Amino acid sequence: MLPDAPARVADVFAPPAIEPVACAGDGPVLSGVDGPVLSKVEGPVLSGVEGPEPVPFLEIEPRSGLAALNLMEVWRYRDLLLVLASRDVKLRYKQTALGVVWVILQPLMAAGIFSFVFGKVLKAPSDGVPYFVFSFAGLLAYNAFSGTLTRASACIVGNAPLVSKIFFPRLILPLSTVLATLIDFAVGMGLMIVLLCMSRIVPGWGILLLPVWLSLIIALAVGIGLYTSALMVQYRDLQYVIPVLINLVLYATPIMYSVSAIPPKLKIWVQLNPLTGLLEAFRWSLLGTKMPDWPAVAYSAIFVTVALVYGAFAFKKMERHFADVI
Amino acid sequence: MQMFMTDLAISIRGLTKSYEINCAVRGKRVFGEVLMNRLRNPLARGEGTREFLALNDVSLDVKKGEVVGIIGRNGAGKSTLLKVLSRITEPTAGKIKLYGRVGSLLEVGTGFHPELTGRENIFLNGAILGMTRNEIRSRFDAIVDFSEVENFLDTPVKRFSSGMYVRLAFAVAAHLEPEILIVDEVLAVGDVAFQRKCLGKMDAVAKQGRTVLVVTHNMDLARQLFQRAVVLDGGRIKFQGNVSQAVAEYSRSGAPEAHRLPIGDHRFRLLAVSVRPADLVPSSQPIQVSMTCEILERCRSLRIGFDVIDADGSVVFRSFHDDWKPEYDSLAPGSFTLRGTIPADLLRPGQYSVSVEVGVHSVAWIVTRTLFVPFTVVLGDGEEHRHGAHRIGAVLPKIDWTVKSLNNA
Repeated sequence: MLPDAPARVADVFAPPAIEPVACAGDGPVLSGVDGPVLSKVEGPVLSGVEGPEPVPFLEIEPRSGLAALNLMEVWRYRDLLLVLASRDVKLRYKQTALGVVWVILQPLMAAGIFSFVFGKVLKAPSDGVPYFVFSFAGLLAYNAFSGTLTRASACIVGNAPLVSKIFFPRLILPLSTVLATLIDFAVGMGLMIVLLCMSRIVPGWGILLLPVWLSLIIALAVGIGLYTSALMVQYRDLQYVIPVLINLVLYATPIMYSVSAIPPKLKIWVQLNPLTGLLEAFRWSLLGTKMPDWPAVAYSAIFVTVALVYGAFAFKKMERHFADVI
Repeated sequence: MQMFMTDLAISIRGLTKSYEINCAVRGKRVFGEVLMNRLRNPLARGEGTREFLALNDVSLDVKKGEVVGIIGRNGAGKSTLLKVLSRITEPTAGKIKLYGRVGSLLEVGTGFHPELTGRENIFLNGAILGMTRNEIRSRFDAIVDFSEVENFLDTPVKRFSSGMYVRLAFAVAAHLEPEILIVDEVLAVGDVAFQRKCLGKMDAVAKQGRTVLVVTHNMDLARQLFQRAVVLDGGRIKFQGNVSQAVAEYSRSGAPEAHRLPIGDHRFRLLAVSVRPADLVPSSQPIQVSMTCEILERCRSLRIGFDVIDADGSVVFRSFHDDWKPEYDSLAPGSFTLRGTIPADLLRPGQYSVSVEVGVHSVAWIVTRTLFVPFTVVLGDGEEHRHGAHRIGAVLPKIDWTVKSLNNA
């Protein structure tokens, strides 16, 4: 074997003589390794083009500052969004004995416990509807929020192998969690209708606005989830923080009690919570309780929009480092 | 021959990718710690942060229809290059122009879910790789055909043998039909017949005018498949052009080096490796390769073994700890010493190195072409082979001959 250094020199200069094909293509690139030569080389190559330079299908360059959301690309990958969403739904029931029954049992049991503790023992007011129905409606909205936030927060870390090995718009992952929420909601809604019939409650025209409230609640969870999911890539601590926060929201939001039961002094604090207005509106739509406080609802809507936009841009900004640190 | 811009599939200029290391411990930082450091030292960029250039000013052109191999030792920047090309991670500087849709296959079966059936996984994996549902539907039969698993389509893939798993995964990826196909070392898995099938597929892909970029450690494959090879070393292009020359360059760069132990990942850690007798080994003596390791996570088909590589960089043979002992498959977490004995009178005199090879079969390599332990086989003193080093052949085994005279004396 030849000593190292001379051999290398020989190899670098040898290829043109041995493989003529490589000569034209390789020569410039090899010398292009040091910057200044590169520009000299590119000139003649460019002028050798017949016709206009073809437009690249894709250019990859480092980005800086605010990144575009690139929603068109998300749209192109909509099939993946559906497939990932249906994967998550399928997996949830594949190895459980009772399957869909859990989706029904969970909120029923929770509402049952709450009715006992708050309705019977503590006698919390429920705006004139049976307490069980009152708390079940609240839980329906709360579960849409907590389910989306829980799943969205964990979605990047939970799909680490995909993120580190395959390209696709990362926004797909948090967005795909919404489907699971919607399915849970549909099942819960079916139960809700049964409860409404049993307690002879007829919702008013407000029911037409129910999808709006639901969308806002889910959008808030997605907005926060976008931010937390991206942050969780670097700070796994969030795994432990989020369940605590979600639990806190359960008590800090009028779910088991109505806004009217809050002492006036504290009311302003509860109304800072964007979910408060949405929950009142949700229950009004469903149970025909007192009309919500519209300024509070408007505040919630603005809050949700800001959270969603901020979350999306923060996500796009942090997304660049996902594959490097995950 | 002049290369026109219209022939270009990939154009890379001044590509650089740097990582900050020592700052992230396995990618997981503890928020409190970072916060405390910031508070103590608000201006510092992070304690012990060091920049590491995984790719350093790489420029490369690949023409349409070319099959280009990228070779280089572990840490040379090959995988980073593929990751940047497939948009998994962003470059720090430089520019890439891609003239066509890119499909990349960096690990076989990424996105496969063990609980889902073969059929469900075809759709899942296809979508993950960037196919639309209609595209998958129209290629479904071809995928199933190629993978040879039609009888198990409705079985969860966790019940698949590792061979079936790989075949299905590769089949999906092979039918992606992108203009530019990027493949990382996937052919190291699967049986020989399937490997040949994959090679054929890649060849066919190139014949259709598509471009293929493959990272490999397999020099025999490199010689067979590539029209051109690029040798990466320390994040730079060390050589590009003729494949045989590239292979020679690679074996030179693969010369023994001190690698810091332990190496491994969250599943496996190699603590020590030794070859006895050290350095000069008489051909009449067996050679013991010992490895001390820790298994951190029980995983199916964790293969621990080594390649013996000759001075040309060709693999003389490969051996894994459970080759002949299925009971060693899926070892429980704990510490182990594994010893493989290369029989006496097998290797011909010459220079060799043992390269530690550890991987989860069909899933991923954990250690490959990272750690080389060199040794030299010399002719034994006593029973010397009559022709020694001049004999033709890859190995020089001691064949037991008997001669029986048939002449009645």
